[in-house]
Amino acid sequence: MSARVPVLQAGLRLMSRDLRLAMRRAGDWLQPLVFFLVVTTLFPLALNPELSRLRDVAPGALWVAGLLSSLLALELLFREDSLDGSLEQLAISGVPFAWLLWAKTVAHWLLTGLPLVLVAPLAATALGAPAAAIPGVLAALLLGSLALSQLGAIGAALTLGLRRSGVLQAVIVLPLAVPVLIFGARATALAIAGEPIAPPLYLLGALVVLGVTLAPLAAAAAVRISLE
Amino acid sequence: MAWTWFHRFGSPPYFYRVAGTLTPWFAWPAGVLCVAGLVAGLALAPPDYQQGDGFRIIYVHAPAAWLSLMVYTVMAVSAAVGLIWRMPVAHALSAACPVIGASFTFVALVTGSLWGRPMWGTFWEWDPRLTSELLLLFLYLGYMWIRSAIEDTARADRASAVLAIVGVVNVPIIHYSVLWWNSLHQAPSVMKLGRPTMPASMLVPLLMMLLGFTLYFAALLLVRARGELLRRERSTRWVAEVIGGAGP
Repeated sequence: MSARVPVLQAGLRLMSRDLRLAMRRAGDWLQPLVFFLVVTTLFPLALNPELSRLRDVAPGALWVAGLLSSLLALELLFREDSLDGSLEQLAISGVPFAWLLWAKTVAHWLLTGLPLVLVAPLAATALGAPAAAIPGVLAALLLGSLALSQLGAIGAALTLGLRRSGVLQAVIVLPLAVPVLIFGARATALAIAGEPIAPPLYLLGALVVLGVTLAPLAAAAAVRISLE
Repeated sequence: MAWTWFHRFGSPPYFYRVAGTLTPWFAWPAGVLCVAGLVAGLALAPPDYQQGDGFRIIYVHAPAAWLSLMVYTVMAVSAAVGLIWRMPVAHALSAACPVIGASFTFVALVTGSLWGRPMWGTFWEWDPRLTSELLLLFLYLGYMWIRSAIEDTARADRASAVLAIVGVVNVPIIHYSVLWWNSLHQAPSVMKLGRPTMPASMLVPLLMMLLGFTLYFAALLLVRARGELLRRERSTRWVAEVIGGAGP
């Protein structure tokens, strides 16, 4: 990618490159999704399979599974590009690095966050959520997964190239993800109970705005430090 | 130049010397205040009309909880200073913080749950304050671990600085989300710290303990930062002079 490429276009090209690369290795991107489904299956097995009982734990199960699956997916965000050196090339390309990372993170969300949102109705129904609750569950997960991707990018950037980075990444990201978990699970619980879900959704939206605007700056600083 | 003092503090030998001189000035008042505060709080203050003597744990709990947040702020601010002005001394200060902060957080958690046993009837209640304190402990642990996971000191400094800054932005968000989450589950907490009716005989010892703990932290921070500087600069001449010579 030459430095002459306009800034906006550079980000879009990077995004489409990431998507195309991922399409050629679908297995990588499907794993977190399957993980999400497997974990949500474990809850009925470990608890009481009675649907009315499951309904109480459904929000927690969905969100804890979603959070863990998004952590698992983080490995795919920078790993390949840092191994083959293209991340370094991006950092010195002259295009604002935070913008490029923003594009990468959005591509990553399209590949891992969005599919998770799309299969969530399946998992929610299996956990006893009524059909009327599905739009609310979708909206909450849509916002929540976006915020988690942005937050996760910081964790992935900080632990880039470290040994046993997976556990460290989890310890770093999970406490920071608590607000997303609280508001997301609350919105889901309200949706399942048939109550208005706007208040927690607004707060989730605020977290998304905060993540989308500030997280790439922190992630860019962290990747630069890791590349030194 | 008004900024000369700032640059002078950026010099490790100078900081080492000044910190050594300052430490007793913090340590002695801290010791006196803590002893006096404990005597006044544990023996002289009247028992609470509702909680009896159980409330007295506040004289350790509240200062520890206050410092658990303050240490995090100091850590993040000095990390940011280190990151922005590339000051090794600021990074050393930041590196000296997490163990102290995690210890205060731990003390606050333990005393909180000890207090909860007779007052709430359980060691652990998902009270917003206790919960966000627990999350703060996890933040400290993450900071410590990323430091120990990166071998190169300069990189560890800068990576952990980014984490500390991200964390300090998140601490209020986490706190309020936990507060909000819990307010939907149960009635507001039993404990109201800002109760204006606290009589002076209870309040004065508390303030003494708060000030004493804060000074103790300052002294501890300086001692740990000096040790950290010696470790980091072990191959330089000034350290050799300090260690091998007639003292600082």
